[in-house]
Amino acid sequence: MTAAVGRRGPALALAAAVRAGEVSAADVVEEHLAAIAGCDGELHAFLVVLADEARAAAAAVDRQVAAGEDPGPLAGVPIALKDNLCTRGIPTTCSSRILEGWKPPYDATVVERVRAAGAVAIGKTNLDEFAMGSSTENSAFGPTRNPHDPSRVPGGSSGGSAAAVASGMAPLALGSDTGGSIRQPAALCGVVGMKPTYGAVSRYGLVAFASSLDQIGPFARTVADAALLFDVIGGHDDRDSTSLDRPAPRCSSRLDDGVGGVRIGVLRELVEGEGMDPEVRGRIREAAEALAGAGASVEEVSVPELRYALPAYYLLAPAEASSNLARYDGVRYGLRVDGPDVGAMNAATRAAGFGPEVKRRIMLGTYALSAGYYDAYYGQAQKIRTLIIGALDSAYGRVDILLGATTPTTAFALGDKVDDPLAMYLNDVCTIPSNLAGHPAVSVPFGTDGLGLPVGAQLMAPALEEGLLFQVAAVLEGAAPALGLPRVAAATLGSGGRAGGEDS
Amino acid sequence: MSGTWEPVIGLEVHCELKTATKLFCGCRNAFGDEPNTNVCPVCLGLPGSLPVLNEGAVELAMRIGTALHCEIRPSVFHRKNYFYPDMPKDYQVSQYDAPINVGGRLELPDGSTVGIERAHLEEDTGKTGHIGGEGGRIHGAAHSLVDYNRAGVPLVEIVSRPDIFSAAQARLYAGELRAILVASGSSDGRMEEGSMRVDANVSVRPAGRAELGTRCEIKNLNSLHSLARAIEHEIGRQVALIESGERVVQQTRHWDEDQGRTVTLRSKEEAFDYRYFPEPDLVPLSPSADWVADVARSMGPMPADRRRKLTELLGEAAGGRTDQIVGVVEKDLEGLVEAAVAAGIGPALALARTANEASANPDGAREVDPISYVTILRLEQEGLLSATQAKSVLATLLDHGKESAALVAKLGEKGTPAEIAARLGFEALGDDSTARLVSDAVEANPGEWARYLEGEAKLAGFFTGIVMKASKGKANGKVVAAELERLKG
Ligand SMILES: [Zn+2]
Repeated sequence: MTAAVGRRGPALALAAAVRAGEVSAADVVEEHLAAIAGCDGELHAFLVVLADEARAAAAAVDRQVAAGEDPGPLAGVPIALKDNLCTRGIPTTCSSRILEGWKPPYDATVVERVRAAGAVAIGKTNLDEFAMGSSTENSAFGPTRNPHDPSRVPGGSSGGSAAAVASGMAPLALGSDTGGSIRQPAALCGVVGMKPTYGAVSRYGLVAFASSLDQIGPFARTVADAALLFDVIGGHDDRDSTSLDRPAPRCSSRLDDGVGGVRIGVLRELVEGEGMDPEVRGRIREAAEALAGAGASVEEVSVPELRYALPAYYLLAPAEASSNLARYDGVRYGLRVDGPDVGAMNAATRAAGFGPEVKRRIMLGTYALSAGYYDAYYGQAQKIRTLIIGALDSAYGRVDILLGATTPTTAFALGDKVDDPLAMYLNDVCTIPSNLAGHPAVSVPFGTDGLGLPVGAQLMAPALEEGLLFQVAAVLEGAAPALGLPRVAAATLGSGGRAGGEDS
Repeated sequence: MSGTWEPVIGLEVHCELKTATKLFCGCRNAFGDEPNTNVCPVCLGLPGSLPVLNEGAVELAMRIGTALHCEIRPSVFHRKNYFYPDMPKDYQVSQYDAPINVGGRLELPDGSTVGIERAHLEEDTGKTGHIGGEGGRIHGAAHSLVDYNRAGVPLVEIVSRPDIFSAAQARLYAGELRAILVASGSSDGRMEEGSMRVDANVSVRPAGRAELGTRCEIKNLNSLHSLARAIEHEIGRQVALIESGERVVQQTRHWDEDQGRTVTLRSKEEAFDYRYFPEPDLVPLSPSADWVADVARSMGPMPADRRRKLTELLGEAAGGRTDQIVGVVEKDLEGLVEAAVAAGIGPALALARTANEASANPDGAREVDPISYVTILRLEQEGLLSATQAKSVLATLLDHGKESAALVAKLGEKGTPAEIAARLGFEALGDDSTARLVSDAVEANPGEWARYLEGEAKLAGFFTGIVMKASKGKANGKVVAAELERLKG
């Protein structure tokens, strides 16, 4: 199978081949179902594989092509959906026992949009329960493993989506990013993962974790594929009041614009910060040099206020989560554990249905919002958020794009940080600022550490500058050292690991 | 109640807005539909669903604010967090420290003014029914059923200042507020259907003291009648407590209409910590100055303005007739009074017929042809119809509503009022005819006549009734009485 390998990326190549009638969507689906059959026993990226639905959707695409109609820019491209995105009639679990058996009566806006663009939903992917975690170990249905080293975590919370794309089980995936849940697993699995500007992509149908921070974004093996998927899912949606009143993005058209004259700031806190692995630091320095070599002006930037980001995030996100997760009370859907009265039933249901990390955050958030503590915790955290936005804005007065690491370290071993929530939380230190500010950011693979584990370089941009972000990301991708094939890799990857680096 | 105690009352009124759809989704806002038929992912709070604010609800809230002379401000929605099975998200989206309407006032028919603290937007909850318990109570119930049709229906909560000092004034306030809600087109104001729900905060203090006593909140007030009764009872309970040397404990109390008393629902210590925080799924609400001005322009005069205008029109005749004025304005019928007075009908008669006969058939009265209406009043004023006849023909006229003009018009415009009355069949009987009917009645009932002659004066009514029946109400009662006296000799 060679159609999956294209100059710009497997999704673009597949869609072009399907639209031209060179390859059938049915064959593409079968090939990816075979990839899942071959890899997912070891990786456990998928909670459910939608074989029948995918075959039916592919057949519909093929009929459109046969009838001379255009199925859309993602024609026949398999896509994996994080299992916190609502899919009509298909279980949506958020990797939680509490939602077991629940089938949403509606599709998330992003699911509608990828389908309308011709994509074929191939499965729902594993995540940390309700997207709370950085390793996908907090799934009620067992962890996902990193394709580059199955003894290690894929990152989280969108670990299933990252592993599916990295291993070749799907060319594209959707994830959600509240504090780094797209970018961090993308970095650890060696794929591209992007968090859009808050409000750029509709949250309708994304099961909420922390509403003011959550954004849906793309996973892909190349920058061009990620930009294409973002172009498809972005744009205003009447069903989300926080959706920005803007037309659909058109980032794919800017990928060849280069970085000549673009001002890059190397963000000291995300390179030299405490706990930063020296090998990761080294790769980021090389990335900066590569951008300078491509014509960008590169300078050092420091935003010391970022040191308050992590504590602020761990008050705001749990506070919102404590409210968002109140509805799982056993009354209307999902798990119910009976009790002598409704209060006891609520308590028993929640005790049985939620895992320890979710309970921890509900407790944290409830406390942060309690009478007498609100000002000291939630109120103070909101002030820090404002402070960080101001600090980043002034940095963007001097540079166009900020560069730093996506994660302080490469993938860690399963079980390493399970018993140390604070160590686990520190994994998000580099990604959280963009969520607090509502700014877009992308993680692009840039080389490996000594063990061959991928390193992610993170590019951050001011609000709504996704076009510039992808433009710079494309240059960074072109300059990146080749990444070896993952240890668990499907035939869909061809022989070169990342498809982006080669011509078909 | 002892005269040395002054009650202080504040009312919190929840009213359902009369929008076509709910506050945050497109589901029908309707009362009495089959349970759980007006629901969708948003108002069921399904995972992943998001609220979108209904502009129509905002407009109605602004109408209420305008009618109550509030300042309309930029506002923010908050989440009020507590677990309750009829609340799909286990939080209620409401406005907290930045409500849309702030600081207004309501003028009552008795001339007093009550300050308005705020009037904010929020969503309603569903309704829980208990199956297997006594009379639908939760106690002993085998299970409960929840109807989410009402969940997400837009509400405005109107909070008064503690400016109310008696149960009667509280009742007046609630009645006047209802009139304003209806007049502004914001709400039905139906307490029985729950589209207007009143909670009362009641405290007592020694008369003349400035600081407030400890208050209790009374819930479950389903009519203006029970509102007044409950407040009266609660004032008595608090005074009795204090006078017996005990303290009033701050708590929420439930009005038991059957028992006629309030009972403890929960104490202050049991109060919820609602953990309010700004609702991140909605953006702040900032109605433009143009929108606020448009709403103000589109509003008709409020009941207090209309009462004032009617009172001025009536002049001296308004004295002591506040209830009739309130009633006419409440039923939206002052146009008939104005038409009658303009046509030369005495203000007292115009008000009386409108407050009584027209108000008895308000739907017909709103459609009746005013010229025809005034014609009948003129016939009465000129003595060509007795009061009884005038009331009777008005009833017919009002029953015809829209066709009333045709009814009178087909009689022809020409002729004196007497001729018109004759054609209507309502001309007064001449005194001779009346006398003949009286003597007929006397002859037909010799036994009663004998007792009447022996001094059983109340039998005058017996004979009058027979004459009225025979004349189909056309006889003049005074003439009948005079004829009876004459025959008696
Ligand atoms: Zn609805």
